[in-house]
Amino acid sequence: MAVEVQTKPAQAPLREPLVNDFSITIATKNGSGSQTANATILRALFKMGIPVSGKNIFPSNIQGLPTWYTIRVNKDGFIARKDESEILIAMNKATVIEDVQKMKPGTMCIYSDGLGYTPQRDDVIFYKVPAAKMAAASGLEGKLRGYAENMAYVGVLSHLLGIEYAELEAALNHQFKGKAKAIEPNIKTIKAAMEWAKAELTKVDPYRVQRMDKTKGMIMLDGNTAAALGAVYGGVTFAAWYPITPATSVAEALEYYLKQLRTDPVTKKPTYSVIQAEDELAALGMVVGAGWAGARAMTSTSGPGISLMAEFAGFAYFTEIPAVVVDVQRMGPSTGLPTRTSQGDVLPCYFLGHGDSKHPCLLPGSIKEIFEFAWRALDLAERFQTPIFLLTDLDFGMNQWMSESFEYPNREIDRGKVLKAEDLERLKGNWGRYRDVDGDGIGWRTLPGTDHPLAAYFTRGTGHTDRATYSEKPEDWEGNLERLNRKFESARKEVPVPVEDRVHGAEIGLIGYGSTDPAMVEARTLLAKKGIKTSYLRVRALPLSESVSSFIHAHERVYVVEMNTDAQMAQLLRLDTPDLAARIFQLNKNDGLPLTARWISESLQKMEA
Amino acid sequence: MATSTTTQPRGSAKVNRLGLENAIYKGLESTLCNGCGHDSISSRIIDACWELGIKAEYVAKFSGIGCSSKSPAYFLSRSHGFNSLHGRMPSVATGALIANATLTGIGVSGDGDTGSIGFGQFKHAMRRNVPMVYIIENNGVYGLTKGQFSATADVGQELKHAGLNELPPIDLCLEALVADCGFVARAFAGDPKQVTELLKAALSFKGTAVLDIISPCVTFNDKDESTKSYSWGRTHNERIFDVTYVPSYEEITVEYDEGQAEEVELHDGSKIVLKKVDRSHDPTDRMAAIRLMEEAKSKQLFVTGLIYVNSDRPDLRDHEDLPETPLAHLPPSVIRPSKTSLEKLMNEMA
Repeated sequence: MAVEVQTKPAQAPLREPLVNDFSITIATKNGSGSQTANATILRALFKMGIPVSGKNIFPSNIQGLPTWYTIRVNKDGFIARKDESEILIAMNKATVIEDVQKMKPGTMCIYSDGLGYTPQRDDVIFYKVPAAKMAAASGLEGKLRGYAENMAYVGVLSHLLGIEYAELEAALNHQFKGKAKAIEPNIKTIKAAMEWAKAELTKVDPYRVQRMDKTKGMIMLDGNTAAALGAVYGGVTFAAWYPITPATSVAEALEYYLKQLRTDPVTKKPTYSVIQAEDELAALGMVVGAGWAGARAMTSTSGPGISLMAEFAGFAYFTEIPAVVVDVQRMGPSTGLPTRTSQGDVLPCYFLGHGDSKHPCLLPGSIKEIFEFAWRALDLAERFQTPIFLLTDLDFGMNQWMSESFEYPNREIDRGKVLKAEDLERLKGNWGRYRDVDGDGIGWRTLPGTDHPLAAYFTRGTGHTDRATYSEKPEDWEGNLERLNRKFESARKEVPVPVEDRVHGAEIGLIGYGSTDPAMVEARTLLAKKGIKTSYLRVRALPLSESVSSFIHAHERVYVVEMNTDAQMAQLLRLDTPDLAARIFQLNKNDGLPLTARWISESLQKMEA
Repeated sequence: MATSTTTQPRGSAKVNRLGLENAIYKGLESTLCNGCGHDSISSRIIDACWELGIKAEYVAKFSGIGCSSKSPAYFLSRSHGFNSLHGRMPSVATGALIANATLTGIGVSGDGDTGSIGFGQFKHAMRRNVPMVYIIENNGVYGLTKGQFSATADVGQELKHAGLNELPPIDLCLEALVADCGFVARAFAGDPKQVTELLKAALSFKGTAVLDIISPCVTFNDKDESTKSYSWGRTHNERIFDVTYVPSYEEITVEYDEGQAEEVELHDGSKIVLKKVDRSHDPTDRMAAIRLMEEAKSKQLFVTGLIYVNSDRPDLRDHEDLPETPLAHLPPSVIRPSKTSLEKLMNEMA
């Protein structure tokens, strides 16, 4: 067989090796089975100790539409998405021409001979791979053999970059949980591809990987699993949900880990209930019912589900019923881009409902924080007897991230203020559901089934007195809403405080939240190289901590970086700090892709200019 | 008559088997219109719970929005009540009754609440077989918003403000039958004896028990020609059975001739004795029940009684395989897995 390297004399002089610092884009069709292959590469790199991230840019479709998976390896630990990739693996005929056009000179492309593609550029290094032929080594037939073609690029790429074979094998073992029948065909294809590459290809590109020790003690998982695990360790006892991208896998992970971790060892019975509801409206209705009756209850959804939950969110705010809502944000408005990421639900969640309702929102900025905030959300919901929103996004939720290991909850489960029959006996029945006896705005509640003749009260979404009886009196209404505000202020002190890095002499402050953190961290180093000093505050919850205004005050100009069109956090900051509003500038982008450090850094410099 | 079998040791003190008087089961004074059918149903709920000796503290009351949904405030003041959102009572009840499986659930809804805005939740509650009594106080009209047609209004019906109804009604008993509900009954609020007996049977049923009670609206829909009026009910009420509920702790003393009555045993050992009146109907035959309701709908017959009963389906609590201790009361040691388990997971994910 002829050497398949598409090198023309004029192109690509062999350069200095570029080690552990580049991005790979794998262009495939969705439903073609490439996920396993991509995850294998990602995990092998991770286990070689190299900081790595993987992001799936996929369509809202079952089969056949273009999908791009990008892997970034970075020796310095920067794992945000990059604007361009140095390596393209082209497996999709429909996009190969456009994909190649986007490549910078000197980069490389591995492409399948099945595309019928003829390279048009001489400033890119091409490797043509007989993927279908290698897949025959798998021993699989039909559709499954098609899937195995993906392992061909795994093998060729691994040979060219120097990804260790043992780690590929271990990664497959990990993914298929040791099931030999699933592992073997993939291993055979990878081996065949590696051998073929060794025999037939001459390496002319500069990209290499080399073992490091920068992922020691770290784990790799997706944010939705982290949210589910947080809830499991937070003692969730009831969950209701409705399928929606990108939140579905929260509920699926929840069911998986609850079964594993929360089955009574003696009776073998579950210590939880998870119900797939008929819609998101019913899902939150069930959660509210369960929370009212004393369960630790949660639901998970995304934008359109949040819209449906508005009715119950406002109701639960006013009737003061604990509930946790995990919102894995996707691009809206409307059906929007269901498979693309966004931070567009900040204002909708904060004010969800009609007539002055507002809710504490937790904004985790890492996978580890998603876990932590999920268990804390269950505590906060019962402590403050109100819905708590945990906002992540598709980038966090559905992509694999390397993360610090999770820490076991460092405080006891908080069940909030609940009066039992013996408490009522002691109080001689003198209690009021909405009475602020402690001055923090939080009343004491009783649970249905409490064996005391005076335990019952009537929960209603209508105006009520502090004893929960119906009232239309202006003073009752106002008194109740004032107390709710007092309660909200109490919550302000209990939700996670911002993380700050104030740099001495910096005129510029950056404010961000959520999944943009890796890009923010990297952008600051890019800016620092240009001599631009920045401080950084990462908001971790709403209502905003008082420290935010002090941060804004300490800087001449504050840029609020976020992934939505209306600059929602910037608006909230201006509302919260009206006297400092003139210092607040919005730096927002909302194109469905995770932010890149370069975009942040360049946009900021433009605004500064 | 059969009543002596159901009212336990009424005796001189007029207390039930828990030693409680009927007044203990009452609620706040009703704010509904004088003569409202819903108030009569509230009284029947009070009677049924009192006669059965149910401990009100272990009952949870649920409702949606509307005149009917106000009524849980007017019975069982010792029970926790939950006046939820329009049409959303079933989901709230589902969550609460799973969170605490020791609770007895009584849901009160209306024809607007169930037949329109909450139609989906109604159907899905029955599909899941949520263990609760689901009462529909059906008057064919929206009262609180002053007189619009509901989805159960008959074709050709006229209302003062809304004019003529030209759309066919949704028959909620038929919908329940189609949804595989295991206890489907229709009754007339003006027939207290039947309502009480059906309520008692429904309270013992394991699963969703639907009672569609025609409950006249004296303000907006009580003209003689309305099929939801008192006078229509009084003149047209065709009871299929003389229903008598016999709790498990009582002997059947009711007398009936061979072949004239049928006994249906419920999960808790209680029995429903159905004495044939003049129509022949097998309440355990779902297709027969559907045919009967179709006939009643097309001929505008006011057929009342236990339309269908089937205790075979597992309820949602069975399905969820709940532990003995209610989910709401599981201790922290049970609901938070160990530190070692997290460490193990972290190793697996490394």
